[in-house]
Amino acid sequence: MATVETRALTKRFEASNAVDAVDLLVKEGEFLVLLGPSGCGKTTLLRMLAGLETPTSGDVLIGGEVVTGLAPRARNVAMVFQSYALYPHLSVRGNIAFPLRAAGAHRDEIANKVETAATMFGIQSLLQRKPRQLSGGERQRVALARAVVRNPVVFLLDEPLSNLDAKLRASARDELQQFQRRLGTTTVYVTHDQVEAMGLGERIAVLDRGRIRQLGTPLEVYHDPADTFVATFMGSPPMNLMETDHVIRGFRPEHCLPREVLGDGGEITPFALTVTRIEYLGADRLIYGTLEAPNPAARVIARLPSTITLPIESGKRYEFAVRTREIKYFDRETGLKRAPTAA
Amino acid sequence: MSASIARQRAAAGRNRPWCDDEALLGRMLLAPAVIYITALVGFPFFLAIFYSLSDATVGSTTLHFVGLRNYEGILQDPTFWRSLQNAIVFTLISQALVVVLGKILAMALYGDFRGKWLVRLLILLPWVAPMSLGSIGWLWIFDPVYSIINWSARALHIFGPEIWPVWLGQPDLAMASVILVDVWRLLPLATVIILAGLSAIPQDIHDAAQVDGAGFWRHLFMINIPLVMPIMLVALLFGIVFTFTDMIVIFVLTRGGPFDTTQVIASYSFFTGVQGGDLAAGAAISLFLFPVLAAVAVVFLTLARRAEVA
Repeated sequence: MATVETRALTKRFEASNAVDAVDLLVKEGEFLVLLGPSGCGKTTLLRMLAGLETPTSGDVLIGGEVVTGLAPRARNVAMVFQSYALYPHLSVRGNIAFPLRAAGAHRDEIANKVETAATMFGIQSLLQRKPRQLSGGERQRVALARAVVRNPVVFLLDEPLSNLDAKLRASARDELQQFQRRLGTTTVYVTHDQVEAMGLGERIAVLDRGRIRQLGTPLEVYHDPADTFVATFMGSPPMNLMETDHVIRGFRPEHCLPREVLGDGGEITPFALTVTRIEYLGADRLIYGTLEAPNPAARVIARLPSTITLPIESGKRYEFAVRTREIKYFDRETGLKRAPTAA
Repeated sequence: MSASIARQRAAAGRNRPWCDDEALLGRMLLAPAVIYITALVGFPFFLAIFYSLSDATVGSTTLHFVGLRNYEGILQDPTFWRSLQNAIVFTLISQALVVVLGKILAMALYGDFRGKWLVRLLILLPWVAPMSLGSIGWLWIFDPVYSIINWSARALHIFGPEIWPVWLGQPDLAMASVILVDVWRLLPLATVIILAGLSAIPQDIHDAAQVDGAGFWRHLFMINIPLVMPIMLVALLFGIVFTFTDMIVIFVLTRGGPFDTTQVIASYSFFTGVQGGDLAAGAAISLFLFPVLAAVAVVFLTLARRAEVA
C-alpha cells in the first residue's frame, strides 16, 4: 500500500502534449478512476505510472519516493491490460506464477501463492489450461490473479472490463470493487465509461486533452461539475447548456420536468419547450425539445421517470421547469464554473 | 415428373460453359503446379531411384539392373562417410549460427530507428543476389594471394609477418570458410522470418512482462523465444534443407577440397555422377539425402505445430 503522486508530469508526442503538467495525488488504499474520452491521455498517464513510458518532464512518486527513472520492475506495481496480455504459451498456472518466478521466489512459496490467488478469483479448476482455452471473463480473472499474486503496492488497471459483454461487466465490476476493498491496495483505474467510473471510483479524475479537468468524488463530479466539459461528459444524456449573455446555465435532464409535476416546492425557473422527439427507455422517457423565446433556441433533453405518466406528444409545446437551485452556472468565455450572480 | 427435372438439369449441365464447371476449372488451375512438380521433381526422383539400381554411365546408352550393388559400394566408400559427416557438421554449425545471429539481428531490427528500411534492404541483399555470384565474390575474398582479409589484417597489424592463412586451402579453415559463406547466404531469410514472428507478438505482452518484473534474459527466454519458436523452427527447417542439399557454395569455393575435407553429399554425388561419369553411383549417393530431409521435415513440422497449438 502506498500513495501515488505525479508532479507536473508531462508527456509530449510529436507536437502536442498527451499529458500536460498533471499534478495528482492518489491516497493510500484509494480507488481512483481516470476518466476521459479516447485520446485524452489517461492511458499514457497510467503507463507513465507503470514506467512503460518515460515522461518528457515531471516526476512520478510511489510511496513518497521518486521513481521517475526506475524501470517498471523496480516499482512493484501490477498492471492489468485491456487485452489482459496473458502469456499465450504458458498455462494459467504459469501465467500467475510468472511475476513470482521473476522475483526469484521459492518453489513452495510460488505454489502456495498461486493457489491463494486462484482461489480468490475462483479459477483453481483452470490452472492447467492455456489462455486460448478460456472465456473472456476467465481471462480477466487470470489477469487479475496475476496482478494480485505478488502483493504489489499499486494496481494499475487499463480498461480491464471493456472486452467483456455487458452482463458480465456489471458482475465483474462488483467483484473488482470487493476484492480491492478486501486487499486495500491503492488502485488507479482507467476507463472511458462513466458508468464504470461512477460505480467504482472513490474519486474520479476527469481528463481532457492531457489535463485533469476535475478531481472529486462521483457525486461532486456529477452534481457540481467544474466546467462545461465535465458537465457534458458526465451523465447520459449530458447536462443541458443554455447560453445567455455572459453565463452558460446548465441543468441535468432528470431535473427538467413538466411544470405541473414540479409543483410549488421552492423557487423554480420555467421555460417553454417544443417537443421534437420522444424516446422510451423502459424506466425513463427521454424528451428531446427546443427552447422557445425568450430563451435562446437551444436543444434540451428532459429525462422523465416512468412514474410520471403525463401524456406528452411530439410537435407540441409544453411548459417545463427546473428548480432554480439545480441550475449550474459557467463562465461563457472560459467554460469554468462560476457564481450564479450575474456579472 | 422428377425424371424430367433430372433430365433438364443434366441438359443444363452439358450446356454450361466449361469455365463455370468448378470441378473442371479447379483441376485446370491446379494442373500447372502438378505438371511442374511431376516433371521436375517426381520424374528425376524416380529416375534417380532407377539409375541407382543400374549400371548407368554417362558414356553408354545401355544399362543393366544390378540390384543394390551401387549402395554396397557406397557404404564401403570412406569418402562417402566423410561427405555425410561433413554435410552434417556443415549444416548443424551453420544453422546454429544462423538461428542465433538471425534472432539477434531480428531483435536489433525490431526497434524503431532512423534509416531502418535501408538497413533491412542491405540485410536482405545476400538473399536476393544469385548464389553463384555471391560465392564467386567470396572466392576472391578468400583468394590465397589477394585475400582482402589477409591484406587488411596485415595492414592493421593483426597478422604478424609469418601469418598468412590460405582460407580455402587448409582443412579446418576451408570448412570454417564455407560455413561462413553459408551463414552469410541464409542469415537474411532467417532474420526476416524471425522478424515477422517478433512483430506478431502484441506489445501488451512485452509490457506485461516488464511490469511483472522480467529482466532482459528472463524476457528473452521465457517470453520472446517461446513465442517466436514456431516460426523459428520454420526458418530452421528451410535453412537445414537449403544447406544440406546445397552444393553451389562448396562447388565454387573448394570443390570439396582440400582432401575431401569440405566434400558433402550433394557435391560428392555431382562429382561422382556427372563429372566422374558414374551416373548410377551418383544417383545412389544423392538418394541418401532423401530420408534425412524427409525425417527433418516431419520432425520440425510436428514440433512447429505443437508449439503453435500449445
